[in-house]
Amino acid sequence: MTEQIDKALAREYEAGFVSDVESETFLPGLDEDVIRRISGMKNEPEWMLEWRLSAFREWLEMEEPDWAHVDYPKIDFQSISYYSAPKSMKDKPKSLDEVDPELLRTYEKLGIPLIEQQMLAGIAVDAVFDSVSVVTTFRDKLEEAGVIFCPISEAIQKYPELVKKYLGSVVPKKDNYFAALNCAVFTDGSFVYIPKGTRCPMELSTYFRINEQNTGQFERTLIIADEGSHVSYLEGCTAPQRDENQLHAAVVELVALDDAEIKYSTVQNWYPGDEDGKGGIFNFVTKRGICHTNAKISWTQVETGSSVTWKYPSCILKGDNSVGEFYSVALTRGRQQADTGTKMIHLGKNTRSTIISKGISAGKSNNSYRGLVRMNPGAKGARNFTQCDSLLIGDQCGAHTFPYIESRNPSAIIEHEATTSKVSDEQMFLCRQRGLDPEKAVSMIVNGFCKEVFKELPMEFAVEAGKLLEISLEGSVG
Amino acid sequence: MSNTNSLLTIKDLYASVEDKQIIKGLNLDIKPGEVHAIMGPNGAGKSTLGYVLSGRDGYSVDGGSVALAGQDLLEMETEDRARAGLFLAFQYPVEIPGVSNLEFLKASVDAQREARGEEAITSAEFLKEAKIACKQVDLPVSFLKRGVNEGFSGGEKKRNELMQMLLLKPKLCILDETDSGLDIDALQVVAEGVNSQRSADRSFIVVTHYQRLLDYIKPDFVHVLSDGKIVKSGDASLAHELEAQGYAWLQKAPAEDELEG
Ligand SMILES: Nc1ncnc2c1ncn2[C@@H]1O[C@H](COP(=O)(O)OP(=O)(O)OP(=O)(O)O)[C@@H](O)[C@H]1O
Ligand SMILES: [Mg+2]
Repeated sequence: MTEQIDKALAREYEAGFVSDVESETFLPGLDEDVIRRISGMKNEPEWMLEWRLSAFREWLEMEEPDWAHVDYPKIDFQSISYYSAPKSMKDKPKSLDEVDPELLRTYEKLGIPLIEQQMLAGIAVDAVFDSVSVVTTFRDKLEEAGVIFCPISEAIQKYPELVKKYLGSVVPKKDNYFAALNCAVFTDGSFVYIPKGTRCPMELSTYFRINEQNTGQFERTLIIADEGSHVSYLEGCTAPQRDENQLHAAVVELVALDDAEIKYSTVQNWYPGDEDGKGGIFNFVTKRGICHTNAKISWTQVETGSSVTWKYPSCILKGDNSVGEFYSVALTRGRQQADTGTKMIHLGKNTRSTIISKGISAGKSNNSYRGLVRMNPGAKGARNFTQCDSLLIGDQCGAHTFPYIESRNPSAIIEHEATTSKVSDEQMFLCRQRGLDPEKAVSMIVNGFCKEVFKELPMEFAVEAGKLLEISLEGSVG
Repeated sequence: MSNTNSLLTIKDLYASVEDKQIIKGLNLDIKPGEVHAIMGPNGAGKSTLGYVLSGRDGYSVDGGSVALAGQDLLEMETEDRARAGLFLAFQYPVEIPGVSNLEFLKASVDAQREARGEEAITSAEFLKEAKIACKQVDLPVSFLKRGVNEGFSGGEKKRNELMQMLLLKPKLCILDETDSGLDIDALQVVAEGVNSQRSADRSFIVVTHYQRLLDYIKPDFVHVLSDGKIVKSGDASLAHELEAQGYAWLQKAPAEDELEG
């Protein structure tokens, strides 16, 4: 069976192509001058540049973390180029017709027919192609509702007060090594503001794509849901095949003010590297949200890509009665390594959190769950429920669970359940005996394993996620 | 390689698992529409025969031939054998958590239809058929939504196997102790399930320890499988003889011969 799994997994990465949009790219290297040039390219105000520079100075003093259960060659930050933009951006497209057709074809190849599917689905798309936002649709409709959804570079110009107030408020500049680097060199990303009492009229969606060789990509996302508002945000991405490792260090900050709700869903499918793990993306992401009174933040993620993933979408449950949720499917195969999980920090009274983590390991991969649940002294009557399940495909992979529980309030209740299971020969045989081929069998078994998480995804994403797992598992069946 | 009008022809089959020879020179010929019962002591190789015929990984054929409707079965992948109409109802059905029965069954039916060059069945049509099948095996329709065998009782699992058979409409059904662990009502359900499916172009191998099931099903032939081969074949009355006398008299005879010789 292992042999079949390996065969199915060996299939070439579907999104492994390079589109030929001409790019304007900085030479590799990082110093204060590079940061000034990035800031200059973006026409940033002085305060923004100062913010970047202070982060850079902090970063220089910091050490790259090594506590995660991952192993990768040392990153040479001087060999990375910190800015690239598609040429056709010079004169900004007024409509989709004006968009570089090559760009649109790229999305189409990825199964993201921007025009047909996204528009029909009523999704406003802020597509980040490399470092610059290229297409923004449905702006008008959102504006009508008072919703701001724009590239963060634009928000810095147009809504400096909001940006100044919230940027770095959830993830401080020196929170961690990669976050500090992101603060210094981020090039673009999304900004969302939902006004008081507003329900965002559509799902907001951004597709990221890394396209330039040797380009580190540093997105910065800031979502602010004002009191009593509601928003669902979808993030998805894939990358073309490469030889050199590409660093990706994004920062996502969510602010849910009183009674607000943010649902943040991610489908991540970056190039995982070849069979030996060569050429895949390094994904070191910091995602964190803060919940004020009665607010709710829900992270749902389906992670199938990247060669190394280091990612812990977290919730700070500051306000009383606030709710944090984390639903995760992380699939590793080949030589992929993932160390992912969440942190639920309970500060307020009667705060509640739920963690459902499904890790699937195939091939020679390593999949770790790392989760922290902290009940601070003020978290009277707080509750957490954690369920952490691992599924192994074949016998050369690893699954690891690192739960950290810190309770400083005796009235808080923490429940933790963990299981490890295998795709058994009996299950495979049953499926094949009924006429299913091994690949279909594995993908069905894995999809079943992930069901609790998939049902948290928005409809269109759930279908995509299932398909993604199926593609990702091809060749991993044996 | 086989009788042209046979559905299944097994000739001098030898098979092993983990280097242990289990099937040791087995012959069997089944014509379309026939029901063959296989009885025999624990560990004789009955389940192994079902696995070898279905092509389960880890079971290797060391000699002999098997033809299904004239095709060399042993050359085919497990799923291709299923698509060619071979169905095995498991002695110990396995659970697939989170995969609903309905989803699993529709995928199976569609895979088999695709192999025949047919379109996938529509969800509505399939649901209708599945509900009928549920009724036939006396399982509540809610079982379609539950995970495959997930938390099913022993008897429910067996009925579920039968339901799969009803929906897949195989040519050759191998029922491995589908009657074991069933209450009396369920036994009738299984028997009726089989009887309702009997037709000129569908054959059955019914593995059982109990002549009781055979009272309901009335096989055309009864075989005794012992130590990897068929040591005696007869008509339905053989089952009664076995019920009364056990298997010892069949096994002892050759042993005594050997001693004398
Ligand atoms: N994987 C295996 N490794 C070693 N021996 C095995 C394996 N599988 C089956 N056997 C052995 O093969 C023999 C036949 O087993 P099988 O399950 O076919 O018997 P059976 O006739 O179906 O018995 P029962 O009536 O108890 O169901 C047994 O002795 C069993 O222990
Ligand atoms: Mg048996």
